[in-house]
Amino acid sequence: MAESAATQPSRSRDLDKLLLRPGNLVGPRFEPSAQLRDDVQNHARVLVVGAGGLGCELLKDLALSGFHNLDVIDMDRIEVTNLNRQFLFRVEDVGKPKAEVAAKRVMERISGVNIVPHFCRIEDKDIDFYNDFMIIALGLDSVEARSYINNVACSFLEYDSDDNPLEETIKPMVDGGTEGFKGHARVILPGVTPCFECTIWLFPPQVKFPLCTLAETPRTAAHCIEYAHLIKWNEAHGGTAFDPDNPQHMKWVYDEAAKRAELFGIPGVTYSFTQGVVKNIIPAIASTNAIISAACTLETLKIATECSKTMSNYLTYNGSEGLHTKVAEFERDKDCLVCGPGVLIEVDTSVTLQKFMNLLEEHPKLQLTKASITHRGKNLYMQAPPVLEEMTRSNLCLPLFELMGKLSKDVIHVNGMTNKNNQKVSCLRKLRVTFKGVDGVTDMDTAGGA
Amino acid sequence: MIKLFKVKEKQRELAENASGGAPVKKQSAGELRLHKDISELNLPKSCTIQFPNGKDDLMNFEVTIRPDDGYYLGGIFLFSFQVSPIYPHEAPKVKCKTKVYHPNIDLEGNVCLNILREDWKPVLNINTVIYGLYHLFTEPNYEDPLNHDAAAMLRENPKLFESNVRRAMAGGYVGQTFFPRCI
Ligand SMILES: [Zn+2]
Repeated sequence: MAESAATQPSRSRDLDKLLLRPGNLVGPRFEPSAQLRDDVQNHARVLVVGAGGLGCELLKDLALSGFHNLDVIDMDRIEVTNLNRQFLFRVEDVGKPKAEVAAKRVMERISGVNIVPHFCRIEDKDIDFYNDFMIIALGLDSVEARSYINNVACSFLEYDSDDNPLEETIKPMVDGGTEGFKGHARVILPGVTPCFECTIWLFPPQVKFPLCTLAETPRTAAHCIEYAHLIKWNEAHGGTAFDPDNPQHMKWVYDEAAKRAELFGIPGVTYSFTQGVVKNIIPAIASTNAIISAACTLETLKIATECSKTMSNYLTYNGSEGLHTKVAEFERDKDCLVCGPGVLIEVDTSVTLQKFMNLLEEHPKLQLTKASITHRGKNLYMQAPPVLEEMTRSNLCLPLFELMGKLSKDVIHVNGMTNKNNQKVSCLRKLRVTFKGVDGVTDMDTAGGA
Repeated sequence: MIKLFKVKEKQRELAENASGGAPVKKQSAGELRLHKDISELNLPKSCTIQFPNGKDDLMNFEVTIRPDDGYYLGGIFLFSFQVSPIYPHEAPKVKCKTKVYHPNIDLEGNVCLNILREDWKPVLNINTVIYGLYHLFTEPNYEDPLNHDAAAMLRENPKLFESNVRRAMAGGYVGQTFFPRCI
């Protein structure tokens, strides 16, 4: 293995061209140096979310691009059908956790790389876990999981008193996604570029067949599969919830779907198609994963080193007929509940919830009446329905400071009615509440914003 | 970015959360939108809503419908709602917990209502869904059958359908199937 240093060019030769030389397209703080290359190795911790088709590519690409401190999180175990594209896995790995095998394989092949696997659900980790990473790279196939990670990353974001994001609180995400021959890669800098929630409409809603069609007039293989999955499963299993990650459950649905397809003379029900329909996944293509992962890795390197300006901010790739790719610049939703600054409001610690609601009515930016208020999942006051109004009414005479757990500042969400072009419209607002004179935190904030 | 991160790492080692205000995961956009839906509910008298897990879990709730008109007058029907964190990108999951003889509701509690599946749009809300369920009782239809026998009966013999509904609601057999009393 060990060739002499003289004949073997440095493994970082290509990387050095980006990191050791000045350039015209570099970021404002880029300082080319060997130190920078070493910092990528030693200090840039990157989390890869997902160890499937994209995740395998991302781990390999990041490791080969000089990132030597990686973590990977994935709750799935390896299945036979993964092997064609999830190239880090072998037949004998079937049944083992993807994160663990992927980490091991990359470490075996690329010396000096340290990858920590996490075989668990993304929800199992507490939020501090995610805060330890410089950049989070997403190789996921579900809207839910993306939305979750986005919410976590955006929860670190803080704004100064002029509603500018504090740079040190920005947790960059690089998100890749593929469906067959199509894919996307995007850079999310919370507070700067649109977050996942700002543009959730980019994801087409899942196709849902009418239940009565499934029950009465199936016409396609997908109808038969959804019948077995949504109707037949409950009939046969009563209390047991269907688990799409349980291969026995999936096999049962496949068998039932196949029977039904035969009954109605419908072709096309296979095990992998059953998985695809039930999990709402379009078959993945290895080359699409590779292309999208390469784009994501380059963006990760650009964010970390500023050796070039990052893509702004959403790349689409379509390889189904010829090849079409372009970058579109999407805009932030200024009122986004997840990444937006919200409205800053400063109050005394003695202010009761009722008094606070009066303040919202008078606040020039809000003029919000009939407020319902929620804080960290606790409903402080609800205007309706009567059952919840009754349960929350006693909070009205309590100080907001106490209701919010005596924090010097925190975010709450309020919905109610406001005036827009002389019409009453309902609205939902994020508020950054700070309490006067608590812990001196408000003073510090002002200093930071200046 | 790396420089910033290095500084941040050092700061964190020194500070170890000195200010106390450690970041907390925020409510999902779905929870927030649902909060809005619920606080703006405007239900007819025949529909009530319950929160079995208390005032802070809005994602799982129940709706009771007491139809004040039609075949199902006098019956009491319970529905469970499960709302996803990516609501309203995805429709709420609704099940009928009361066993009912109904053309559009099967014996497992699956409900055939277009706005719960193929016609769901993020502009719709919980109020619309509850109204939709209410209308299933005042206007059951045989064109979207989920209970095949009940749908055929409604189409071919509305009189007998009506007496079947009364028998099921009072607690009794329709054909081979027993329905617990729900009046
Ligand atoms: Zn956003």
